[in-house]
Amino acid sequence: MFDSLSGRLDGIFAKLRGRGRLSERDVEEVAREIRQALLEADVNVKVARSFIERVKSRAIGTDIREALNPAQQIIKIVHEELVSALGGETGKLAVSSKPPTVILLAGLQGSGKTTQAAKLAKLLKSQGRHPLLVGADLQRLAAVEQLRVLANRIDVPFFSEGADPVAVSRAALDEAARLGRNYVIVDTAGRLQIDDTLMAELKAVREAVQSHNTLLVIDAMTGQESVNVAVAFDEAIGIDGVILTKIDGDARGGAALSVKEVLGKPILYAGTGEKLDEFEVFHPDRMAGRILGMGDVMSLIEKAEQTFDQDQKDRAEQIMRDGEFTLEDFLGQLRSVKKMGPLQNVIGMMPGIPKEMKNADIDERELGRVEAIICSMTAEERLKPALINGSRRSRIAAGSGTTTVAVNNLLKQFGAMQQMMKQMGVMGKVMQKKAKKGSKKGSRVTPKGTKPIAGKPNFGGLGRPGDFGDLSGLGDFGDLLGPK
Amino acid sequence: MEMLVVFVLILVVAGFLGAVTLRRRGSLQIEQPSVVPSTAEATPDTAAPVLRASLKERLGKTRLSLATYLRNISGRGIDESVYEELEEMLLLSDVGLPTTTKLLGAVRGKIAATQGATGEDAVAMLRAEIEDLLLVGVDRSLKTRDGAMSVWLFVGVNGVGKTTTIGKLAARHTTDGQTVMLAAADTFRAAASEQLTKWAHKTGAEIVKADEGADPSAVVFDAMASAASKGIDLLLVDTAGRLHTKHNLMSELEKLRRIIDRNPGALQEVLLVIDATTGQNGLEQAKQFAETAEVTGIILTKLDGTAKGGIVLAIQAELGLAVKAVGIGETVTDLIDFEPHEFVSAIFDSED
Ligand SMILES: Nc1nc2c(ncn2[C@@H]2O[C@H](COP(=O)(O)OP(=O)(O)O)[C@@H](O)[C@H]2O)c(=O)[nH]1
Ligand SMILES: [Mg+2]
Repeated sequence: MFDSLSGRLDGIFAKLRGRGRLSERDVEEVAREIRQALLEADVNVKVARSFIERVKSRAIGTDIREALNPAQQIIKIVHEELVSALGGETGKLAVSSKPPTVILLAGLQGSGKTTQAAKLAKLLKSQGRHPLLVGADLQRLAAVEQLRVLANRIDVPFFSEGADPVAVSRAALDEAARLGRNYVIVDTAGRLQIDDTLMAELKAVREAVQSHNTLLVIDAMTGQESVNVAVAFDEAIGIDGVILTKIDGDARGGAALSVKEVLGKPILYAGTGEKLDEFEVFHPDRMAGRILGMGDVMSLIEKAEQTFDQDQKDRAEQIMRDGEFTLEDFLGQLRSVKKMGPLQNVIGMMPGIPKEMKNADIDERELGRVEAIICSMTAEERLKPALINGSRRSRIAAGSGTTTVAVNNLLKQFGAMQQMMKQMGVMGKVMQKKAKKGSKKGSRVTPKGTKPIAGKPNFGGLGRPGDFGDLSGLGDFGDLLGPK
Repeated sequence: MEMLVVFVLILVVAGFLGAVTLRRRGSLQIEQPSVVPSTAEATPDTAAPVLRASLKERLGKTRLSLATYLRNISGRGIDESVYEELEEMLLLSDVGLPTTTKLLGAVRGKIAATQGATGEDAVAMLRAEIEDLLLVGVDRSLKTRDGAMSVWLFVGVNGVGKTTTIGKLAARHTTDGQTVMLAAADTFRAAASEQLTKWAHKTGAEIVKADEGADPSAVVFDAMASAASKGIDLLLVDTAGRLHTKHNLMSELEKLRRIIDRNPGALQEVLLVIDATTGQNGLEQAKQFAETAEVTGIILTKLDGTAKGGIVLAIQAELGLAVKAVGIGETVTDLIDFEPHEFVSAIFDSED
């Protein structure tokens, strides 16, 4: 976990305080912790080893006197190396100059090929392309039927005629020509990489369709086996790119790194859910954060960016600074957060959130109730909740269809929140001061060999104790969760 | 509680936004270096191609090397490298670092107490350690009741092999002369009920199903009634794959359980299906499913591949859940009993 990794690194550096540069021996100790984090994330042991060598060579000589937070600096190095390892050439589908462009999906059983085939078709369709879905998994029971249903659902033509996968795929090309489809997506049966017969069959399919994009579909929950799978499929059919599936779970997805390292081919897409639009372009930086257990901060920010309007952002900024917070603000945020999707998902993306909270069962209706209560208050009451006396309480309860107890609870909890905000406000001020101090000294916090980031949001420290990302640093938080 | 969570959450989102906008505008610059650099500014990795080639090569070799390790180790006295190699072997089998460290800790202890121990002794001790872990007082039988209907509920994440396992078990029990019924409570995935129906036809089991999108509880309810009235021996309930992180879907499982429990004692097994390729996330899967669905055992699938399924060691060590059957292929006969000894051998003896 990122939290525990940074915690452990902090521990190491505490011992080194007052010393100069990181020695080779210190780096060894650091490397051990990083290795542990990578292994927890299912990065292949051997991939982890070579990866750590790279990190080590950069980490040796890190100036721990100058760095305000050496642990953070090491994590930055690890993160950068991860992003560069996961990214590289940007993933784009190859497009054939002579249509149709053929995409062949291959992988182990149950990795999610059929669903990804349909998702990809949906994506291409939304971009104005004309895909044909081809069911060449004649092995698994009802696999063809599954793809047919999905094709129907997204209104994309479907084809699966022929005695064997090779015949089906070959005929599919004719069908595409006949229908004027410019993309052909072939779903194949899942197979083990050591099944010679089935691997030979796959090779024959590939040759029959001369696919322009042979994509390996791999489950984000895969463990150490991912490298064997990737290497064997690549040797047999030549892999052009990867789709990583099921990243909506809590697997850290180290397989992404393993596969990328052994294939050197881009990870093009990520499957983020069972619905056909839960499919996105792969983001190396997000994945890097995830492998380090940082939560999916970038996605969260992106979502928040989309839902919160400028006024709200300005207001949030002010709140952060001053720690002043009203029920009116709360109502606005509540409504926006609701728009960000199921709360459970939103919480899941946040780093440093205690497990109890991630696992808490959230009744979305509760949001509606809270909203109703606040809506039943006058503008004045929302700004000054202290005004709310007994009779106002009854009025609000009646207006919102709740009880005075519920109104009371909300007010009490709001009080606690205000407290918490005040603390955050204090922290905001402290940070501002520190920032001013820091900027005087110029680039002292910029580690050697890296450029300061211009124009990019800087989330450094999110998820660090005492930062916004980590609620456990906030005294009132425990009290809030405490009374069940 | 719920409300509090919501409150705090919203606060945090507000906090995030506040922090983000402040930083973006430059009115608040954080003093620590970023941990989220952009792709563009990441240093180009010139050494990578070379590394990759050698890595690939090395992997090719290590596919042979588990056995080689052991040969190496066996002839040697004990030094740190012996433990390192054993560790690597366990890690490559997805046993995971915590359980690996525990196992090797025990081996270290024993080695220290043994005079003149060799690498061979270390290997033997490790094998014994794992077998002990696997054997501790567990019952690996799949439970049925005599003279009354038994229900087995199958749960797990997407694509692990729930439906296929049900097909195999249906075949096993119909062959034994029992009457078997399948309940197609995966009403979510496209053509999931067609898949199960084909298994029913293949195995001579009966099936209760509904249209896609129907309420799975209704399917289970109907199946319970139908199985009872027909005097079915074994009812196998297939469910939609679900990630253990999705709470609404997890509580749906609780609901299915409650419906089955209306016939007290009928629910004999809640089987969590785990794919042998699963990495460390398997432990979290097991924890969550055990908590919501009161899992009684594990079915480990796809052991016909080269993945070793070592995560079940961690699952058994931490949760006491034992593997009750093993999938070794896609046809009806590809389900076998779990033999701890064989399982351990597979970790130690590489075939290729
Ligand atoms: N090689 C192999 N494949 C399996 C095994 N069990 C299931 N599968 C395959 O895994 C894929 C997913 O299986 P399915 O039963 O549909 O998974 P579900 O989503 O959990 O119901 C199918 O292609 C199965 O044929 C096994 O033991 N070995
Ligand atoms: Mg299924």
